[in-house]
Amino acid sequence: MVIDIAFWALGLVAVLSGAAVFYVDSMARATYALALSFVAVGLQVLFLQQNYVGVVTILMMVMEMAVMAVYMVMFMGMNPALMPMSMVHGNRTAVVVAVTTFLVLAAGILMVDWPARRGSPPADVTMALGESLMGPKMLVMAVVSPVMVATIVAGVVLAARRTRYDRFGDDLSRRPADDPQPGGVGR
Amino acid sequence: MTLEATLLIAAAIFSVGLYGAISQQVVVMVMMGLELMINAVILAAAGFWWFLAPDPSGQVLLMVVIAAMTLEMAMGFAVATLLHRERETDMTDSAADLAG
Repeated sequence: MVIDIAFWALGLVAVLSGAAVFYVDSMARATYALALSFVAVGLQVLFLQQNYVGVVTILMMVMEMAVMAVYMVMFMGMNPALMPMSMVHGNRTAVVVAVTTFLVLAAGILMVDWPARRGSPPADVTMALGESLMGPKMLVMAVVSPVMVATIVAGVVLAARRTRYDRFGDDLSRRPADDPQPGGVGR
Repeated sequence: MTLEATLLIAAAIFSVGLYGAISQQVVVMVMMGLELMINAVILAAAGFWWFLAPDPSGQVLLMVVIAAMTLEMAMGFAVATLLHRERETDMTDSAADLAG
């Protein structure tokens, strides 16, 4: 009974703080609201006995929200905790689409005759996950890892201010470089 | 604590995220909407795992979802940085030519 109440309360916190992301009048508060929503969902995942996934979700999203706050200070050019903002477009359409989506999903959830649980959870869920990732599910890690490396490379290429192609053009062996913006020491 | 309750909460979070992804003009706020939607997927997948088939395969799927969320964040920040550098803006309306 207590677990049920706590689970529903966390769900309520997750939904309301998620809605607050788009209701509060500053991006800093929106970031904190999103972090709260993620923490609530992470705790719910812990209730569902997935200790590793729940803890990873909480730790990762708290750090991501910290990065996002720094990012906003960098690019918004204002104090994002104090500056009110309301920047939306197509608000009515978005509300209709969101409400319709919820009603369709809720109808499906309540009308489907869900099957009974098949099997029982392993004694140590985290160890079972680790053994699975390092054994029969190794292909998942082998695929995710290079995708992450590719993302790092793509992120750096997109975000870098200038690259070797800006300096040398198509001929990377050309000397000296034709720098559109002088760089290095003593510029 | 039932599967239906878990999925209903996930559906509500997903719908809120969908609203944000559609309605917001600032790129970072759109990313917040997308992350809320993935947050809902995490909760729903955890519910399916616990209430229907609690074997390690479901947890591996959750790890893939979390990895996808990480990649979305990284690429979103990189694109927003490029957009800000090239056009001095962080609004999606100023990057409408990227659609499609």
